[in-house]
Amino acid sequence: MSMINYASREINCKIVYYGPGLGGKTTNLEHVYKKVAPSTRGKLISLATESERTLFFDFLPVDLGTIRGFKTRFHLYTVPGQVYYNASRKLILKGVDGIVFVADSQVDRMEANQESMQNLYDNMVEYGYDLTRMPFVVQYNKRDLPNAAPLAELQSALNPGWEVTEPTRQRLTPDTWHAGENLIEQLPTGEWVERAPYFEAVAVTGDGVFDTLKAVSKLVLKSLS
Amino acid sequence: MRMPIGASSWSFTEEDYSALTQVLQRFLFDSNARCALLVDRSGQLVTFAGDRPTFDVTAFATLTAADFSANDQLARLIGESDFNTLFHQGEKESMLLADVARRVILVALFDNRTTLGLVRLKMRAIVDELGRLIERSLQRSQLSNPQRQPLLGDVDDEIDRLFQ
Repeated sequence: MSMINYASREINCKIVYYGPGLGGKTTNLEHVYKKVAPSTRGKLISLATESERTLFFDFLPVDLGTIRGFKTRFHLYTVPGQVYYNASRKLILKGVDGIVFVADSQVDRMEANQESMQNLYDNMVEYGYDLTRMPFVVQYNKRDLPNAAPLAELQSALNPGWEVTEPTRQRLTPDTWHAGENLIEQLPTGEWVERAPYFEAVAVTGDGVFDTLKAVSKLVLKSLS
Repeated sequence: MRMPIGASSWSFTEEDYSALTQVLQRFLFDSNARCALLVDRSGQLVTFAGDRPTFDVTAFATLTAADFSANDQLARLIGESDFNTLFHQGEKESMLLADVARRVILVALFDNRTTLGLVRLKMRAIVDELGRLIERSLQRSQLSNPQRQPLLGDVDDEIDRLFQ
């Protein structure tokens, strides 16, 4: 739940990085932590096992700047990716304002990606949230690996689009991050579909990490206006 | 009619701030606790009263919400609907946490200048009052939200500038 605090002149929003285990969610946060000025971020808190697998969550607060005199502060969370941690994963989604799904591009992780995406939809439904109507972006991580699946294959498996039924939203909407592509478009069958914005990334080197964060933060702020 | 999307937004006004702070200050005076914090269930600090904390309050708020959520699940496993108070005892500093209207968590930090019994008693006395104030604030923010329009209407340019 975003909080617009008129007393402290702050807008606080919660973004959750979701996805399969070892997909790079924590690495995304670690990169943000390393690259932003210490004065604009808080501590990186990790509730992890001794082998550095996320047990409950990682957390990083980041200040992005000021809008109309209000400090915009984003609370970035990751969830534990391993299948059996669903109880804690679901808790982190409480009050979420924006979601980043970090997919592992490797061919042999396709099933884990799909399972995690389905789990995300299921957990959001249990909270009564509609993932297709809130700030949501997909990041295809590990694009540098030789066994990375082609982008088109990942898109069709993980981000095939959902039907747009409201007439007011049935209009061609270009994808501002990828020239020549659209976020909302009409299929040859006549059906209108919308896809989540997507980004390619190599989180260990930082490629695509900030593009992803900027996109989701912007969508969250626009959803408040 | 738009479908519900995600979590709603909460506009927290100066008026909310002063009403809640007054209740917290009265509680601190009565209980002799050092500091009281209100944290929302998604992990954000709402407000605090008393001695300014010397620790990282943002991290504290996040961990408090996680602590409470994890304990809610533990309660359900043993057949309870929730644990509405939690107590963590330290050598010098202790903390007592209480659920407020299932929306926020009240945290009292106290040392050996008072007792758990007194803090618990005084906390119980203000939980309902805080709950009513929080509900009123949330309802107002969801129904009318008069202050939000001028704040975030037509700010696309400013949002774009944040990311340049």
